[in-house]
Amino acid sequence: MITFDAVTKAFPGGTVAVDNLSIELPTGQITVFVGPSGCGKTTSLRMINRLIEPTSGTISIDGEDVTKQDAAVLRRKIGYVIQHAGLFPHRTVQDNIATVPLLNGVNKKQARENAVELLGRVGLDASMATRYPAQLSGGQQQRVGVARALAADPPVMLMDEPFSAVDPIVRDGLQKEFLRLQAEVGKTIAFVTHDIDEAIKLGDTVAVFREGGHLAQVGTPQELLDDPADDFVADFVGRDRGFRGLSFVTAEGLEVEPVQTYVDGVRGVRLLLDDAGRPRGWTVNGSDDVRAITGTFTKQDSLRLVTDLAISSPAGVAVRVDGDGVADGAATHASIADHLADARRESAG
Amino acid sequence: MIEYIQNNYSEILTDLGQHIWLALVPVVLGVIFALPVGYLAVRRGWLYQPIVNLGGVLYSIPSLALFLIMPAILGTGTLSPLNIVVSLAVYTFALLTRTVADALLSVQGQATQAAEAMGFRPFRQLLQVELPMALPVMLAGVRVATVANISLVSVGALIGVGGLGALFTRGLQLGFMEPIIVGIVLSVLLAAVCDIAIVLLQRRLTPWDRVATR
Amino acid sequence: MITPVPLFNYFGFLLDPANWGWSDGSIPQRLVEHLGYTVLAVLIAAAIALPIGLLIGHTNRGAFLAINIGNAGRALPTFGLLSLMVVLMGTGLVPALIALVVLAVPPILASTYAGIRAVDRSAVDAAVGMGMRPTEVLFRAEVPMALPLIMSGLRSSTLQVCATATVAAYVGLGGLGRFLIDGLARNQYDQVFAGAVLVAALAIALDLAGAGLERAVVSPGVRQRGSARRGRRRGARSTDTSTQEAPTASTAG
Repeated sequence: MITFDAVTKAFPGGTVAVDNLSIELPTGQITVFVGPSGCGKTTSLRMINRLIEPTSGTISIDGEDVTKQDAAVLRRKIGYVIQHAGLFPHRTVQDNIATVPLLNGVNKKQARENAVELLGRVGLDASMATRYPAQLSGGQQQRVGVARALAADPPVMLMDEPFSAVDPIVRDGLQKEFLRLQAEVGKTIAFVTHDIDEAIKLGDTVAVFREGGHLAQVGTPQELLDDPADDFVADFVGRDRGFRGLSFVTAEGLEVEPVQTYVDGVRGVRLLLDDAGRPRGWTVNGSDDVRAITGTFTKQDSLRLVTDLAISSPAGVAVRVDGDGVADGAATHASIADHLADARRESAG
Repeated sequence: MIEYIQNNYSEILTDLGQHIWLALVPVVLGVIFALPVGYLAVRRGWLYQPIVNLGGVLYSIPSLALFLIMPAILGTGTLSPLNIVVSLAVYTFALLTRTVADALLSVQGQATQAAEAMGFRPFRQLLQVELPMALPVMLAGVRVATVANISLVSVGALIGVGGLGALFTRGLQLGFMEPIIVGIVLSVLLAAVCDIAIVLLQRRLTPWDRVATR
Repeated sequence: MITPVPLFNYFGFLLDPANWGWSDGSIPQRLVEHLGYTVLAVLIAAAIALPIGLLIGHTNRGAFLAINIGNAGRALPTFGLLSLMVVLMGTGLVPALIALVVLAVPPILASTYAGIRAVDRSAVDAAVGMGMRPTEVLFRAEVPMALPLIMSGLRSSTLQVCATATVAAYVGLGGLGRFLIDGLARNQYDQVFAGAVLVAALAIALDLAGAGLERAVVSPGVRQRGSARRGRRRGARSTDTSTQEAPTASTAG
């Protein structure tokens, strides 16, 4: 666990970047610092590995005050990933990844073997090992940056806007793989971003910062969306937070109507099933034209998907399937709204 | 020192005048030759490396050696000012072809593609789009070449034509510091004045550059 | 005044076997002498300029100094400095060597400083953040990345010294410049020509050796740019993602 206790950072000239920050970053979880530029989120992050020293207050990792330790030794136990990866252009990919193990005195052969293995874990081919960073795309460089931070298997990782310099499609892939990787490694991660969508997607806990280094709200992504502490957070989280909040509610317990109702037809729209009972498509007003089904959901999917399916189907319902893909229910707008209201009541109570 | 200047000022002025044209005429010549060759290196990509390499070789020849190889090439006497002028022009050319090529390459991009798309013909595009955009980098090269030439001219004094270098040989012969210090100071001042003049010229010619960087 | 001579006469001195044995004033002896002055002056200058340039670049204190010494060095007339040293200290190796060193320092100092400053700040931030100590940051991150510029500073200072050592023959130094000065004094253009060709050849050889050394010590990942730049131009319309995903400005939160 990383603990900020009344931490303040004032720069020479009087700018207060972080003002009396107290927050706990739980072990094994991703805590996202999010906020507009100049809100002190990066400064807070950089105080954890002492790239910046606090003016007052203490930061401790598992109870140990970071300022009481040798800075270099401390940093070698903390993985560090930054916006443009910050790879060393003069070192091959494998030697970049091996940086901290080499600093720690691991022999070169061992360190390189580990590095090549890590390449695989971040989704890169082992053949990349002997390339130089200039030969990689931005997304690949960023993966190498993550592998480099993981190389010494540090319990803590600091990530400063690691995915913001790549294009949206690449970013989406990186985020998904990052979550998959974190599920395997379970690091204690502090993650800085200015992108609220990224914060909501990645954070177990999200800390919203506002200008002047104040903490505006700390909570799970859903808490932030459901119950913003004030106008600043509400505004920052954005207008369609209600819709985005659907991502955090699953279709477990969502009431559905029998499939047969729609096979028989509702307002001229009929659901077609194949012989095994799997949904094939829709016909409208008895036409022979079959509109392919746009998708189905299971109980584990989010309400966001269910809503999207319901909106885009000609019948206004989303078709639920069981594990074999056999249709076993249809969710209407009304049932989705009811389910959501129940979920909100539960989380509030 | 002041006495030395008072007693010899007409001689010093003559040396200074000779120094100026010995240094600056080659700059003009070098630019005239470097522009088309640099452009060629850009248009015909395979020529780039040979041209850059040739420039590197020429630029690495020590000045006194080049001054004294010239008579064999030009058929001039060893003491002819032409040796100095042509040698310094060769240095300027060697330095600037690469600068011109790199400057033109560095401006390839959206603006040149836009110009192409709007229907500029190549020559007009070169004159109206690429050259103006490349000007700051090219003039930076001209500054380096000018300052280098001014400091090299005095070596010519060893073969009788050296502008302010004459003050150095005189000082050596007489064992006096005064002419040497006067020569060094005037040479450095001349370099500084020319450098500033080119900077001012660049500001006049590329007002957009100032807006962008300030 | 020496009048032009027929072409075959230019090579008289160069082709005379008597000049190629090892004796005082022979071609090999002058060559070694010239090389010796050059290497000695560059080594002394590097010993002075490299540490200062690294320090200024690493701490970014005294940048003003590095830049101005670099500029002043280019404007200083080499022959003038040489003359001044001789009038001050008399002829001999030491005054000439001092002049050579003074001329060799600025290019090394300025390019070392510029090289360190040009290093990608995010890579340095990563180096510090991963737990490198200051000397490790300097020697494992900054210097290897700055090496192309540091090497080019060393190469241009070598050329500068090689050229000025030639001029120094005028004030009594040995080396290949002797053939130029003595040949002029004796009206023997074939000797002058031999000296000039040998000096030019030596300078070109030194520069090539510098290029070879540069290739040997500089990582391919940061190797210089001429070819890279052309590559980018050729690839300008390709779909290479590495250029499309190129980083823009960095911001801190």
